[in-house]
Amino acid sequence: MKKRIITVVGKDSVGIIAKVCVYLAGNDINILDIAQTIVGGYFNMMMIVDTAASPKSTELIASELKQIGEEIGVQIQVQHERIFEMMHRI
Amino acid sequence: MISIDEVLETNAMISKMNLDVRTITMGISLLDCIGSDVEDTGRKIYDKITGYAKDLVHTGNDISKKYGIPIVNKRISVTPIALIGGSVCHSTDDFVTLAQTLDAAANAVGVNFIGGYSALVSKGMTKADELLIRSIPEALATTGKVCSSVNVGSTKTGINMDAVKLIGEMILQTAELTKEQDSIGCCKFVVFCNAPDDNPFMAGAFHGVTEADCIINVGVSGPGVVKQALENVRGANFEVLCETIKKTAFKVTRVGQLVAKEASERLHVPFGIVDLSLAPTPAVGDSVAEILEEIGLEYAGAPGTTAALAMLNDQVKKGGVMASSYVGGLSGAFIPVSEDQRMIDAVSAGALTLEKLEAMTCVCSVGLDMIAIPGDTKATTISGIIADEMALGMINQKTTAVRLIPVIGKGVGDRAEFGGLLGYAPIIPVNRFSCDNFINRGGRIPAPIHSFKN
Repeated sequence: MKKRIITVVGKDSVGIIAKVCVYLAGNDINILDIAQTIVGGYFNMMMIVDTAASPKSTELIASELKQIGEEIGVQIQVQHERIFEMMHRI
Repeated sequence: MISIDEVLETNAMISKMNLDVRTITMGISLLDCIGSDVEDTGRKIYDKITGYAKDLVHTGNDISKKYGIPIVNKRISVTPIALIGGSVCHSTDDFVTLAQTLDAAANAVGVNFIGGYSALVSKGMTKADELLIRSIPEALATTGKVCSSVNVGSTKTGINMDAVKLIGEMILQTAELTKEQDSIGCCKFVVFCNAPDDNPFMAGAFHGVTEADCIINVGVSGPGVVKQALENVRGANFEVLCETIKKTAFKVTRVGQLVAKEASERLHVPFGIVDLSLAPTPAVGDSVAEILEEIGLEYAGAPGTTAALAMLNDQVKKGGVMASSYVGGLSGAFIPVSEDQRMIDAVSAGALTLEKLEAMTCVCSVGLDMIAIPGDTKATTISGIIADEMALGMINQKTTAVRLIPVIGKGVGDRAEFGGLLGYAPIIPVNRFSCDNFINRGGRIPAPIHSFKN
């Protein structure tokens, strides 16, 4: 399993999740967990995904999602899960 | 499973609170580069550095992308050059040639700085040590990325006052040779007592002779993260305050540990240490002085500053040591003046003086750092300031350092501009009374009584 954390931050609008999910489905990326919250009027979404079955590299996925984010006016970031585990788990 | 709050917290630290990994520093031993002459030695040094560090910068960039954490600097530290050039360098020019070789190697691999143009003279100077020290002004004026340091004292050996005297003169010469750029050469030179062998931070990084052939050391940062965490516990007592700093330092250091391990694996180089220093930058919100203000001081330098800094430094260490398997280097809070916006403001407001800074260095991780002083300060006065700081290190069994910039052509009330991470600094007044007769005595100060532990 290749777990990655996708975060989407920006102004809320219709279809953000849909847009991201269509991309993930089209690239064989499985969603393991999804959560969202509104902080200070901003839409925050986090997805834990598994990219093991995807033919694309994490770098490519990150850059394509970043591009999609720019099209719909949100910031999309892909990070390896270990940075969060290191910081928040002993 | 990681929760959304944890993810958002980490990312806010990076995007809003300037959390970054300040440096990945590759330590490279040059002990096997001593050749038959200067040219041969230079070639071996160049080849070894460019061979070992060829992947350092892009590896750092790849790790940065993978975790979404900025890695600001990639640097190299090498074995003190006075040791390497000892048998082949017969003049200051020979040493300057090696400095230029280091600069060329640093440029070839694209690192920000290379440290180790250094001499370890805490008890005495060899001929080569003295030549290297005398070559420092020229070496720093004719290179861009070379950083230099000299260790002039230790708790075990006392203080080499001959070296302290000489270095006062060399600092002034360095300032003179780089006066067109506000004496910036002095920003690349630091004098130490009890210098650590594995410090990843410049200007004082060098690869000690006790180290392996090649090693990866990482320096973390994160004053903005600590400041933000303390904002959430305003008015709380010291117990809460300390707990908050410890937890935050733990999180910050864990990122350093992650990056260090990953860099070590990718580069096939052993992991050395994580230096868990709180290292400020001139960026707003990336300031150690701001943490002191959040703790409850109107300005850094107000009464209570030394106590607040002592507590901060201690809590950073307590939180950090648990987060990494190997902690080393300087590890604590840095208090450079020009590199910290609120320190600059404190000096400008008259809240922070050289004498208070000296007191603060008794409890912080290093010393008098990035302080601009009038360009007409006498060499003996600079040596006197160095001697005071070295004495603090020697007696208190800690690392202390001095990085002073006598800004030629400028005086109190003026401002020195260094640019980039080095920032700018208001020129601070220096005590005008003489210490000539003290500095001119010559010789060394013996090791203190508590060094005799055998």
